[in-house]
Amino acid sequence: MSFFTPENLEKAKVLVGLYPDRRSALIPLCHLAQGQRGHLSHEAIEEIAELLEIQPAEVMGTASFYDMLHTEDVGKYLVGVCTNVACLLGGGQELLDHASDVLGVSPGGTTEDGMFTLEEVECVAHCDKAPCAQVNYRYFGPLGNGDFDTLVDDLKNDRLSESVPPHGVLSRVFRDAPPMVPLEIIHQERRKMDEAKKARLAAQNPDAGGKQ
Amino acid sequence: MSTKIVTARVGVKDSHTIAAYIEHGGYKALRKALLEMTPEEVQAEVTASGMLGRGGAGFETGRKWSMLKQDLVKYLVVNGDESEPSTFKDHLLVENDPHQLVEGTLITAYAIGASRAFIYLRGEFAFGLERVQAAINEAYAYGAVGGNIFGSGFSVDLVLQPGAGAYICGEETALIESLEGKRGYPRIKPPYFPAVIGLYGAPTIVNNVETMSNVPWIVTNGGKAFAALGKGRSTGTRLFALSGDVMRPGNYELEMTSKTFRELIYDSDLGGGLKEGRSVKAVIPGGVSAPWIGPDNLDLPLGQDEVAQAGSMLGSGSIIVLDDHSCAVRAAWRITKFFNRESCGQCTPCREGSGWIEKIMHRIEMGSGTESDLDLVLDACDNIAPGLTWPPQQTTICVLGPSIPSSVVSAIKMFRDEFMIHIKEEGCPFVH
Ligand SMILES: Cc1cc2nc3c(=O)[nH]c(=O)nc-3n(C[C@H](O)[C@H](O)[C@H](O)COP(=O)(O)O)c2cc1C
Ligand code: SF4
Ligand code: FES
Repeated sequence: MSFFTPENLEKAKVLVGLYPDRRSALIPLCHLAQGQRGHLSHEAIEEIAELLEIQPAEVMGTASFYDMLHTEDVGKYLVGVCTNVACLLGGGQELLDHASDVLGVSPGGTTEDGMFTLEEVECVAHCDKAPCAQVNYRYFGPLGNGDFDTLVDDLKNDRLSESVPPHGVLSRVFRDAPPMVPLEIIHQERRKMDEAKKARLAAQNPDAGGKQ
Repeated sequence: MSTKIVTARVGVKDSHTIAAYIEHGGYKALRKALLEMTPEEVQAEVTASGMLGRGGAGFETGRKWSMLKQDLVKYLVVNGDESEPSTFKDHLLVENDPHQLVEGTLITAYAIGASRAFIYLRGEFAFGLERVQAAINEAYAYGAVGGNIFGSGFSVDLVLQPGAGAYICGEETALIESLEGKRGYPRIKPPYFPAVIGLYGAPTIVNNVETMSNVPWIVTNGGKAFAALGKGRSTGTRLFALSGDVMRPGNYELEMTSKTFRELIYDSDLGGGLKEGRSVKAVIPGGVSAPWIGPDNLDLPLGQDEVAQAGSMLGSGSIIVLDDHSCAVRAAWRITKFFNRESCGQCTPCREGSGWIEKIMHRIEMGSGTESDLDLVLDACDNIAPGLTWPPQQTTICVLGPSIPSSVVSAIKMFRDEFMIHIKEEGCPFVH
């Protein structure tokens, strides 16, 4: 094991422990890895597979389904411009074209300095801010061309590092809750609840109670 | 005064914190449910409320819960995937009132006897994920979740799950696959409901974020009080997400059927009307899966059955307005492009059909279409949803496929002239 930092490895183990089946932690672990490295490197995929006790190919095969999981390097900032219908009506396509000119890359591309990856995204549920853009999943809108230029300038000069964290969406999500109640205990309780319910029904309706 | 249920605390200072939530009556409903009511009594209140699910399909919540197969292991999964284009209501709830969602989820877990509850939020909601996880942490510290909650003897754990960018994961069986750590492929039906076979093969209830957020109010005020709001099957309030060509786009919580489309669009405290001198050309109610309605339907009340009778659906409660300066062909093309990108690829009609329709629509919009393209498009649509009826005939594993034709068929039916202009003048006549 070598990919995750000790701190992230701790987080990863907590995540794996949250589910009846470890594989459920696949997406959370991928986000965690992206928060650390930007994209899912080979080492990351292998270590995730090991933690989940599945094959690296299964991690890869699942990750490749999801738009937010990147298997190739991306910029420090993922800039996604929405061109879906509400944004389209507000000038989303024109904003994307402008973004492409300003950053000098087509959608999907990363700037040479490794600062920005531009993406054309589908509706990101901020349609009242049309046309809108997301930067590492923080939302900005409505954006005119000038607003977009200011945004890029702020990002370049590190003026938004507080409000725009790294793009691994779990970078600021911590579960600090106490240990979980083991499922066996829960099931014992449920069994008791079911028996209590039966007793209640029997008391309410003595005739039916006998037949159950 | 209009009743606000799910957005009652939006705008309150620090509404996302447990301190503010408790100060405004939070977690009383959970106490009441756990300490004074049996699970069946909670279910009975929700059934009496008549609340229809707020995720899109509009299924009665109480009835869904009653269909849960009785097994020792059962799960609750909250659907916060919110990716239907133009739907942006759930993100408001998760960011501004995460405790309401947590409380509703816990009450529901008690009512259905869930072994564990999961809240699945789309991965793009990075901020919402922070807010909900913080709320869950606070709720644990407060004793509202975990072992022996409030000394009631009821225990349950609550887990937050992020998605990773896939519209199809909003479909409940795809959501379950995704939660199992797999590709988000919808499952073949039957079983028609996860209530029979769901997460890890166990009976599972899947409910939308807004649906869950209504539950504390129902427990506090009673199902009857909820049912007294609205009319017919449309009980309670709904969070309408208004976008497109209006002056004041945003989320508006309204008592169901209390307002018409016209009022929502034009009232000064709601949509605020359109730009000077413009008029409504079409409205897309219920998300982009829904057929469009025209200006002649603006006086319809915002109710489940009212919109269904007009040949469309209230769906996710999102409403897009197109004014007379917007191009119907371009809008319909973009919607098809979305479906093409988001089709999971399991079913041929959906995977191939969406691509063909998108290509043809694009060439019409760009000015290289021909008159026969209209028939070709309709034919391709008919291959996905035979007969082009509403609700559509299903040829595919999930209803994403049969939803693809909605916009294109609506646009051709309502604005054939506009298509002809694109074809004759070899380009889009609108400025954009
Ligand atoms: C393609 C597709 C996408 C969907 N997306 C969502 C979604 O983002 N959020 C949601 O709550 N329901 C969505 N649904 C509906 C769910 O399958 C399910 O009906 C709903 O979550 C049930 O919750 P409710 O009964 O509270 O409405 C979608 C359905 C389909 C077919
Ligand atoms: S209809 Fe489309 S999205 Fe649904 S399962 Fe089939 S291919 Fe996937
Ligand atoms: S259409 Fe752009 S955010 Fe919804």
